[in-house]
Amino acid sequence: MIKTDNLTKKFDDNLAVDRLTLEIGEGEVFGFLGPNGAGKTTTVRMLTSLIAPTAGTAVVNGFQVGRDDYDIRRTVGILTETPGLYDRLSAWRNLTIFATLYEVADVPGQVEKYLRMLGLWERRNDEAGTFSKGMRQKLAIARALLHEPRILFLDEPTSGLDPEAAKLVRDFIEELKGEGRTIFICTHNLDEADRLCDRVAVFKTRLRVVDTTKGLRQQMYGRQVVFHLAETAVPYLPAIQNQPYLRRVEAVDNKLVIALDDPETYNPDLIRRLVEAGANIQFVGELRHSLEDIYLQLVNQA
Amino acid sequence: MQKIQTIIRKEWAEVFKNRLVLFTVAFLPLILTALPVITLVVTNNYAGDLSSSMNTGSTEFFGAMCSGLSEMDCTAVYMLNLYTLMFMILPVAIPVTIAAYSIVGEKTARSLEPLLATPITTGELLVGKMIAACVPAVVVTWLAFLIYAISARFLVSDVVFAEAMKPMWWLAIFVVSPLLTLLAVSVAVMVSSRVTDPRVAEQLSALVILPLILLVVGQSAGLILINEQIILFIGVIVAVADAILVYLSVKLFQREAILTRWK
Repeated sequence: MIKTDNLTKKFDDNLAVDRLTLEIGEGEVFGFLGPNGAGKTTTVRMLTSLIAPTAGTAVVNGFQVGRDDYDIRRTVGILTETPGLYDRLSAWRNLTIFATLYEVADVPGQVEKYLRMLGLWERRNDEAGTFSKGMRQKLAIARALLHEPRILFLDEPTSGLDPEAAKLVRDFIEELKGEGRTIFICTHNLDEADRLCDRVAVFKTRLRVVDTTKGLRQQMYGRQVVFHLAETAVPYLPAIQNQPYLRRVEAVDNKLVIALDDPETYNPDLIRRLVEAGANIQFVGELRHSLEDIYLQLVNQA
Repeated sequence: MQKIQTIIRKEWAEVFKNRLVLFTVAFLPLILTALPVITLVVTNNYAGDLSSSMNTGSTEFFGAMCSGLSEMDCTAVYMLNLYTLMFMILPVAIPVTIAAYSIVGEKTARSLEPLLATPITTGELLVGKMIAACVPAVVVTWLAFLIYAISARFLVSDVVFAEAMKPMWWLAIFVVSPLLTLLAVSVAVMVSSRVTDPRVAEQLSALVILPLILLVVGQSAGLILINEQIILFIGVIVAVADAILVYLSVKLFQREAILTRWK
């Protein structure tokens, strides 16, 4: 659905996007993570044919950026960083304008469908300027969906929203995911990316890494298991540390932090060895690093 | 065509909900309609006084303009012509605010990016915005001029009316004036897409009125005598300039620069 090859954008001497190469499949929810000024919005603008790449190629929905711009604009939906609504016009009028510009066949039908779906039907005749931030964001999402795009670009969809509004927007994105649309989300809300995205990319001018969040954790830290003991853990290190399947063992207070690839297979052996050595195991759990840990490590490396 | 209509309707819906803009559109025509009518009434009531006060050799000065008319009638024709010239300026002044705000206003309201992300061409977008700015100004001017012409019919003599409402003035108001409006609007839209502040766009665009003001000053000072040839000449020049400016507005509209360089 989306394929880029060495996609590059320079503004005068400022390199905003450096040789971005990635491929996003149909129905995939793809998180594009990066700090402010990383070039995320520039990438979205290139992929939606709003600006032209300096070098490289991008194919979106089978259409090539720079050559088939009209077709790209016709078939993708975009939620821009700020809603950019016409504040003096009603919600209905805002959507009607865009439905017509997107050449929607049944304008009133589609407008009604999305106003109802996003819970704005009762407020359809109110000026958009009177809406709360959450409602404005929902209206902007409705605007991006009127022409039923198979690919949707969401630039910071929950930025600046209160937790309740952010949850509403996230729930709606999950609904869209269920409809099999390809969704490209730019965000620095890592919890959101962790929950919504099939794969994430960490990006800061150039691509740092792309994988599933699980894959990223494994790549960065491997799998880690923590054994909580009733006593100090150091004396029990010799009982296990020479096992060939271990990648790393560390004793911290009364915990043994063990990195290994296949805990399901090797945990029983470890437990047996520790018990034989006299350890009193209180409980065993897998240590999960947050996406934030991974993100910060990658961004700081950059 | 449907997209152009959508842009026009969108512009009007936004503009006419803005009381300040509405005031700008309505105020000038009201003044320019009331002023000549009041002047004509006053002139009629004080015809004798005015006649004696004007007895300063103006017949010779404006001889070419109203040969065969009395001094009083000539003065009335002269005044009516000046007002008609003002009606030519009117549709140029009205839409500049709307047009100047059209692109830079969208940018500052951050509504331009979603708009440019739709499958609308630059031509459709700009033509829609230009028509939206031109039509109200032209219609209001025509209405104001008709009220003025009807009032004049009842307030001045047949001779003066025939002289002051020559076909060339109708041509000026109903043909040249809309062309001048388009000129001002296309300059305003072009400026609007090149600057980052609506106020700058408005100020720069208003400069289009200057040549017209010079025309009024020239006529009132007796330096230029506006006749059919001058009106036709202006019409042709402005029509050509319109075509060039509309083309240039579309060509100079840089989506990328507007989206990325404006903050």
